[in-house]
Amino acid sequence: MIEDQLGRCVASWYRGATGVTGAAKLSGGASQETWTFDIVHPDGNIGAILRRAPPGYGASPGRAAGLDAEATLMQLAYDAGLPSPRVMHVLTPADELGTGFIMQRIEGETIARKILRDEQFAAARPILARQLGRVIAGIHSLPAEKLPKLREMSATKEIADLEREYRSFGWPRPVFELALRWLRARDPGPSKEVTLVHGDFRHGNLIIGPDGVRAVLDWELAHFGDPMEDLGWICVNSWRFGEIDKPVGGFGAREDLFAGYEETGRKVDADRVMFWEVMGTLRWGIMCCGMMQRFRKGPDHSMERAMIGRRSSETEIDLLRLLAPRVG
Amino acid sequence: MQDEPTPTELIKAVADFLRTEITPQIKGHNAFKLRVGINALDLVTRQLTLAEESDAAEAGRLKQLLGADGSLVELNRALSEKIAKGEVDLQTPGLAEHLWQTTMDKLAVDQPNYGSYRRELGKK
Repeated sequence: MIEDQLGRCVASWYRGATGVTGAAKLSGGASQETWTFDIVHPDGNIGAILRRAPPGYGASPGRAAGLDAEATLMQLAYDAGLPSPRVMHVLTPADELGTGFIMQRIEGETIARKILRDEQFAAARPILARQLGRVIAGIHSLPAEKLPKLREMSATKEIADLEREYRSFGWPRPVFELALRWLRARDPGPSKEVTLVHGDFRHGNLIIGPDGVRAVLDWELAHFGDPMEDLGWICVNSWRFGEIDKPVGGFGAREDLFAGYEETGRKVDADRVMFWEVMGTLRWGIMCCGMMQRFRKGPDHSMERAMIGRRSSETEIDLLRLLAPRVG
Repeated sequence: MQDEPTPTELIKAVADFLRTEITPQIKGHNAFKLRVGINALDLVTRQLTLAEESDAAEAGRLKQLLGADGSLVELNRALSEKIAKGEVDLQTPGLAEHLWQTTMDKLAVDQPNYGSYRRELGKK
């Protein structure tokens, strides 16, 4: 049935399109879904992706930027020559598909373990860190006057948010307390420069091909803030998948990431990046605890959520390695 | 006194059956979920085997650090409050060692293949 609706929608803006085929849900909970499908066209089918909140799920929860903002950001990234899918259509009420947008489908891999291990990415791995540094710098340089309305985040606010969420669980974790204390003591204060921050720049949200990065996805957590946050987040050990000596996503060195970033004339503040790496490690740990809470309270009573709860101890060892490294 | 086999033996038998007999027959997303399920059973087996001893050692260290008694959750809550207030920190004798040992013991149950854990095991 979604194929009929999508077919009518596509016919209204894609000249010559006669319908859609192969619609399949890729992921999503109740409030946000991702679908893949092909637009049927006499000149050949075109791969497309629908990202939407189904009818009845209009408002985006909590920290999410909102689907309209996501569409605008992806289009701006595309226009700026950054690896991004082209946004083909923003849903209107007449489409009866809810809110969201349709974008070009880009072929490639998002699964970290394959990107880090498979032969076909062997040539990409050594160049990725530098490439991603350039891409992050490009995101931070998107034209301010065209950006949508987004929340503004600072280090101080993020510490307070994380602390509130952690305390709401009512489960004492001395290592998290230590990290919160460390972050407060080293809060660098407001960033001199506030830019667009992607907010979730890491494996899973990057489409990689044998030639390197092809698309940056999932702008759900985009906001205005300290540009060093994106550089810290991609260095969090949780995204290294065992390749712990390659801080950038398990494939590269910080030096390469920073060099790519600075090629564009922007500056890296390594201390701030380190601060955000600690923050990011704690943030992922608290997110894991949050998954466990949702598992316990329902309605998603899945094994995956339950087991992700047990990954918070991974962030505890990473926090100790950062804050209280053992010698020898 | 319960009858035998023990929970550990039962869970291990179920996990081994799923791993060797069922896994080859399952495809797609259910294969992923089956793997998650087997991982969960393995985790529970490790916890049943290891937690009693590591919990007792953790409680012993906490009592010494805090000079107080209580359940593990109460002791951890008390330590958390002291860290939050700045009454103890990494300079406090024994704190870093306690947090390291407790975390290592957790990883031995939760994720013994985690990269940082394996690295730290090798260091000791």
